Amino acid sequence: MDFTLSKEHEMARTLFRDFAQQQVKPLAREVDEIEVFPRGTVEKMQKLGFLGIPIPKEYGGQGCDTLTYVLCIEELSKVCGTTGVIVSAHTSLCCDPIKNFGTPEQKEKYLRPLVTGKKLGAFGLTEPNAGTDASGQQTKAVLDGDEYILNGSKIFITNGKEADIYIIFAMTDKSKGTKGISAFIVEKGTPGFTFGTKEKKMGIRGSATYELIFTECRIPKENLLGQEGKGFGYAMQTLDGGRIGIAAQALGLAAGALETTIAYVKERKQFGKSLSKFQNTQFQIANMATKVEAARLLVYKAAIAKETQKKYSMDAAMAKLYAAEVASEVTNLAVQLHGGYGYTREYDVERMMRDAKITEIYEGTSEVQRMVISGGLL
Amino acid sequence: MKIIVCIKQVPDTNEVKLDPVTGTLIRDGVPSIINPDDKAGLEAALRLKDELGAEVTVISMGPPQAEAVIREAFAMGADKGYLVTDRAFGGADTWATSSTLAAAIKNLEYDLVITGRQAIDGDTAQVGPQIAEHLDIANISYAEDIKVEGEYVIVKRQYEDRYHIIKAKMPCLITALAELNEPRYMTPGGIFDAYREKKITVWGRNDITIDDSNIGLKGSPTKVAQSFPKSVKASGQVVSFDSEESATFIIDKLKEKFIF
Repeated sequence: MDFTLSKEHEMARTLFRDFAQQQVKPLAREVDEIEVFPRGTVEKMQKLGFLGIPIPKEYGGQGCDTLTYVLCIEELSKVCGTTGVIVSAHTSLCCDPIKNFGTPEQKEKYLRPLVTGKKLGAFGLTEPNAGTDASGQQTKAVLDGDEYILNGSKIFITNGKEADIYIIFAMTDKSKGTKGISAFIVEKGTPGFTFGTKEKKMGIRGSATYELIFTECRIPKENLLGQEGKGFGYAMQTLDGGRIGIAAQALGLAAGALETTIAYVKERKQFGKSLSKFQNTQFQIANMATKVEAARLLVYKAAIAKETQKKYSMDAAMAKLYAAEVASEVTNLAVQLHGGYGYTREYDVERMMRDAKITEIYEGTSEVQRMVISGGLL
Repeated sequence: MKIIVCIKQVPDTNEVKLDPVTGTLIRDGVPSIINPDDKAGLEAALRLKDELGAEVTVISMGPPQAEAVIREAFAMGADKGYLVTDRAFGGADTWATSSTLAAAIKNLEYDLVITGRQAIDGDTAQVGPQIAEHLDIANISYAEDIKVEGEYVIVKRQYEDRYHIIKAKMPCLITALAELNEPRYMTPGGIFDAYREKKITVWGRNDITIDDSNIGLKGSPTKVAQSFPKSVKASGQVVSFDSEESATFIIDKLKEKFIF
């Protein structure tokens, strides 16, 4: 058992770190403050292939693995949680299901532009009455000749309005319950597909979170993803992968807060010496670093499990559960060690603390992760 | 069109410190990078590749671990890579280095050779022009802009107070300034290919034609007498006066220091 990264993973980490420090960090505060989607950063990442990292080269992707993708999300999220989730939602929730369940034609038409930087992706499962209980889908899709007609709405959709291609779940046969749910690929601009309100959020404020509204929205029959009635399974499988992306985002937020705090406590002086000379600071930093490292090992293990194991649901759930809770705890301690300054927007840790909370909620709450883990054991 | 770019692995001098006792560089734990001027030269070559379809070959002389900079060049888009490494080449000064690199380049085909102006761990700015001499080709130093027109390169050469526009027939050698461009990032897929698909050709003593008197420590006429860190300057004083008061203030200060 070897816990060191390969040379290619080390070099990839250097690339992601350089990019994050040089291109993402300088904008992070403004992105949060004025709640603006970092379109320019997304375009730079598209050019560099960051939006197709684990997708095979045959579809135009970078042909790397899940661990490389995780390193990217981690480094981006160290400096900007918003940028991390944009890449995660696009890759895990939109590219991955098309790669896994799409036809060769769908891969050519939708996956290739998504990973070669021409399009951005999103995923719509959650509804006002179908959150953690995703089986309660009320959006309907009815086959009418060569088209499905979609009616209903989705909420809390990351990359909403900014994305070009959406994976949308809808009931094709309500009598069959979860076996009546199907998945569809819907393009922005399709008549009957509009956007509702933009959410005003506590954190990740630059990520566009919108309501999607479908009113007599007609999509071609060939945009059904996989088989009719299999949508719920596709959603659950997709979220297993998505959780690894969010776990990496949580890890990045915690690691970023730790780095920032280490620098701060060495600088800041009270009672005639730097904060780092006080044993309370030393012990808190030791606890934070240990938890960040434990989270990192779980997240990397889940990433490797996705590549090598048939089933990795439990690995992904453990990684997300632990990393998300560590992110909340470590960013909270980071603010505490910064004192009053940490509570102001002049310092990044207050933003990191606000960004961290969502990682315990989206793509399966911490409670759902505990259900998945215990479900695999009991 | 074939372009050879010479790149050197150097310690990141932003992170490097001098041992105050011995006066030598403390290299332990210091990250290694492609020398910034060389990286700009590589970027210039890659832009010519994007524009004209050139083949870009990188060549580096150094210890075996210098392969990392060739992998990085692959990940940025270089096509071929050569590592010139042998115990016999160790301890080389600029003469032995340029002789060795030129001997290696003679094994290859090229229209253009690009080197950095100078390395941040040596600052000699001699290796590039010396390679041109060994290869008996024209040399244009301090390139700030490079264009190719047919068989010619047109280079904007930076001087302290002006610049020259120089046109030269290829083959020729250009030394590049870090200011030449903003080098591109690697791509994730490029990094994977660099390690998993692309091969580095390693050349040792017997793969190049050169006399023993021109390689390694024994082939190096330079002798380093002493290395020392730059002395730390005292911090300045900022004052705000009108011109007459300023003159009086400066003169008073000079008198205070017995300079005036």
